[in-house]
Amino acid sequence: MKLRHALISAAALTALALGQSRNDEPAGQVLARIPAKARAKCNPLANDPDATAAGRKLFEQHCAECHGETADGSKRGPSLRADALQQATPGEIFWILTNGVVRRGMPAWSKLPEPQRWQIVTWLRSLP
Amino acid sequence: MQAICKSYARLALLIALPCSSLLVGQESPYIVTYDHHLEEPGNLEVEYFSTFGAQRAGNDFHAFWVELEYGATAWWTTEFYLDGQTTFGDSTLFTGFRWENRFRPLRAEHFINPVVYIEYENDSEADKIIKEVEGHDVESDFAVSNATLRKEHDHELECKLILSKDFKGWNFALNPLATKNLSPNNPWEFGYAMGLSRPLALKASAEPCTLCPENFIAGVELYGGLGDTQSFGLHQTSHYLAPAIAWNLPSGWTVRLSPGFGLNDNSHHLLLRWGLSREFSGFTEMLHSWFGGRP
Repeated sequence: MKLRHALISAAALTALALGQSRNDEPAGQVLARIPAKARAKCNPLANDPDATAAGRKLFEQHCAECHGETADGSKRGPSLRADALQQATPGEIFWILTNGVVRRGMPAWSKLPEPQRWQIVTWLRSLP
Repeated sequence: MQAICKSYARLALLIALPCSSLLVGQESPYIVTYDHHLEEPGNLEVEYFSTFGAQRAGNDFHAFWVELEYGATAWWTTEFYLDGQTTFGDSTLFTGFRWENRFRPLRAEHFINPVVYIEYENDSEADKIIKEVEGHDVESDFAVSNATLRKEHDHELECKLILSKDFKGWNFALNPLATKNLSPNNPWEFGYAMGLSRPLALKASAEPCTLCPENFIAGVELYGGLGDTQSFGLHQTSHYLAPAIAWNLPSGWTVRLSPGFGLNDNSHHLLLRWGLSREFSGFTEMLHSWFGGRP
């Protein structure tokens, strides 16, 4: 009986979580809550000749499953070529990568070392 | 031999096909300690781990477990474990299952990042995976025969507070834990685990590579028991120090190795652990399609 209750609770929690994961928070709102100090951060690898290629490799490994191979977006994640993000500063993109947008389903990527996050920012900023 | 290889190939395909793509992991080397990084939402990680334990006054053992780790949301990871063990010169047993959940209460990174961990365990006393050390767990508990140990069955609740911090490529994690055997008259038992780790290189190379240093993460874990509500402290407890390394391959596999060394006479001299894991994306979409929902 206890096991049945546990399984029902588990199913309810799963359903709740699957519903929650579709919560929307407009990109503008996400950008608005980035602290000014983080927004003003400069990309230390902006002039690194290898950073764009390394950033592309990292993007393919960790981000493309949601944002698409060319960052055009997919069912699971928005396009990163959208105006709001293309106009974002490197510091803002770095902050979003580091903290994620957890309620919208994007995990925090702080498990990647800082230089690797900056390499991804460099590649994203190089998109036409 | 060829037929066996073909069967394994078909099995591998069956496992891999329903999932849309394979991911390159960035897995930490910890086997006992948890950091604050959860599974990416919608992904399923399939993991296998082994622990070889050197046993004084008894037979050595090989305990093993399979973990299915699912990122339900960006703030909730749920895991299901199946445990077993072989005690050399004795027998091989299925010892039970565990259901673990980790919740991240804060939506952004902070100076210290907390994660709440709650686990239900349903296993026999013969369980030897030593995924955590708690209370007065000591080496001599494992010297009893499987036939005797398997008669006792535990229903346990385990709670951990995972505190973790990333700084300049380093990760530091601390996990105080409390467990309660749900049968009456059992005290709360306490323990701890802590870990420190760092990738061998912080910048990624421009080309895909297998042996480049950024694919290796090295670390060390320290874990042990802290007694229980009736006798809190280090008396009659065991403690381990375990260097650990993880190798994240571009093919999506992660290999982990960790020799753990007992720090006092109550501990096993050696707990040699290794593990193999692979992460798949698109598991949520697969569940939706199974149950007729929108992909």
